[in-house]
Amino acid sequence: MSLVDPLGIYGLWLRDVKRFLRTPSQIIGSLTFPLMFLLFLGFGFSGAAIPGLPEGVDYLQYLVPGIMGFTMLLGASFAGLAILSDQDVGFLKEILVAPVSRTSIVLGRIAGGSTTAIVQAVLILVLSIPLGFELAGWLSIPLAAVFLLLIAITFVGFGIALASQFSDSEGFGLIVQFIVFPLFFLSGAIYPIEGLPGPVQYLALINPLTYGVDGLRAALVGASTYSPVVDFGALVISSIVMVSVGAYLFERVETV
Amino acid sequence: MDAIRVEGLTKEFDAVTAVDGLSFAVEQGEIFGLLGPNGAGKSTLINMLVTLLDSTSGTARVNGYDINDETGDVRDSLGIVFQEPAVDEELTGAENLAFHARMYGKRKAEREQRIPEVLELVGLADEADQPVESYSGGMQRRLEIGRGLMHEPAVLFLDEPTTGLDARTRRDTWGYIQRLNEQSDVTIVITTHYMDEADFLCERVAIMDHGEIVAVDSPESLKDSLGGDVVTLGLENSSRELFARLDEQPWVREHTETEEGVAVTMAHGDTRVADLVRLADEAGASIASVDLRKPTLENVFLSLTGSTISEREASVADRREEDGEDRTTAEAAEVAE
Repeated sequence: MSLVDPLGIYGLWLRDVKRFLRTPSQIIGSLTFPLMFLLFLGFGFSGAAIPGLPEGVDYLQYLVPGIMGFTMLLGASFAGLAILSDQDVGFLKEILVAPVSRTSIVLGRIAGGSTTAIVQAVLILVLSIPLGFELAGWLSIPLAAVFLLLIAITFVGFGIALASQFSDSEGFGLIVQFIVFPLFFLSGAIYPIEGLPGPVQYLALINPLTYGVDGLRAALVGASTYSPVVDFGALVISSIVMVSVGAYLFERVETV
Repeated sequence: MDAIRVEGLTKEFDAVTAVDGLSFAVEQGEIFGLLGPNGAGKSTLINMLVTLLDSTSGTARVNGYDINDETGDVRDSLGIVFQEPAVDEELTGAENLAFHARMYGKRKAEREQRIPEVLELVGLADEADQPVESYSGGMQRRLEIGRGLMHEPAVLFLDEPTTGLDARTRRDTWGYIQRLNEQSDVTIVITTHYMDEADFLCERVAIMDHGEIVAVDSPESLKDSLGGDVVTLGLENSSRELFARLDEQPWVREHTETEEGVAVTMAHGDTRVADLVRLADEAGASIASVDLRKPTLENVFLSLTGSTISEREASVADRREEDGEDRTTAEAAEVAE
């Protein structure tokens, strides 16, 4: 078994994509939450003076990349959940007994989970345009794609690492909410982290989503707290770490 | 070369020894049965052979490959149908097969040739593009069996293949399994706790109890080892004369007086009923009833282990309840199953 098996990875990816496309209710359901945040926060705070907002950027412009980051978090937790629901229905055994390395399985799941998460984040972006969101320019799209990909790899890897520590989907579903929301609120997605108390700011600084959202903002809005190079570097590191941790922990999953 | 050769294979879960130093071999092309009650260690053994579970000690070779050192080759060599369904219900039958084929490294050309073949083999050609959630239990089972054969393995493992199926579907599934074995000469290993299933399907059966194999042989030889068939003649009058004549017959292995008459043990009882009736006639005994009983694997299990399969399963369940507080033991026993 080679460590990286492209055909196996492709098979896993294709399965995730097919399942995603076949359940429109799930696509709509997964967008509802981020869309509500976008609408209520976007309009509720549209005229408010929020301290720390970059010069000349109105709140909706600030918010959209943050909500895209949030959508990525939800998509990634869904990918973790998919592993456990495969385990619930017995399909995980079919995957694990195949002559495909665990690393390839993790890579296949990251590919599938990232694709569906990115599609959802892009849908949020498209839906925000009629609400008044303006892209900084055409270069925004490829730049944002790079950041979306890195966010996806980081958090789907994290979702897999976390899922491998659970034996059923129920426990995971509960825990994941207590992880998704702190990550979201401590990422500068809906307000600048400078407003947070000192020690809490440090938590935001070790949160990869902070750099993900900042990078998206740099790409889409043209304004960011850190240099996009810093964001890019931080996300590359977090991607490598999370894929390694996910592969390491998934390697040790007992199946029977 | 044997399809499977197991040497001293052992699996311990904490305090429980689920599989205890097993050694046996499965010949190429045969249907081999692992028969025993739930909790006997059958699934644990299978899970080790298919490389999903590491052994505590001992080893095994599947298709000549070592399960500890040549995991990839072992996996390539085997197909498995798990006890619990393991299909993706949101995908169609053909898509489930395509997924499997990709995982086993089959390129597009091979897939396009093999998928319709397999669907035809398991009689699902017409339902190929239906989502699996619309399949009946028997259809899902057939799809899984077909999927297990997708990559043309040397050995196909079927873990309790008919559990949860109704009587008719079970019969049909047996038919499919036999035909597959004949057509593709794949070696098939079945675990089951159904005596009739092992008897009907398997060329050889290993009887398992408490993680050990207590006997391996063909169902016929196993049953024959009990001494043969028993014909019971109900007699209206006790007849010393008949007993004397039975003593003279070389084919009578044993005869005992019972309340209603006499029980006679012999090989091939069905061909001897006429002789018995003639003997009774000659001895002046009048026959009220004739009853022929062939030993079953259930009788074999009983004589080898001292209890029936259902008693064993009940006692396993009891033990688990008693051990309620001792979580590790209870969990280990469950895993062992």
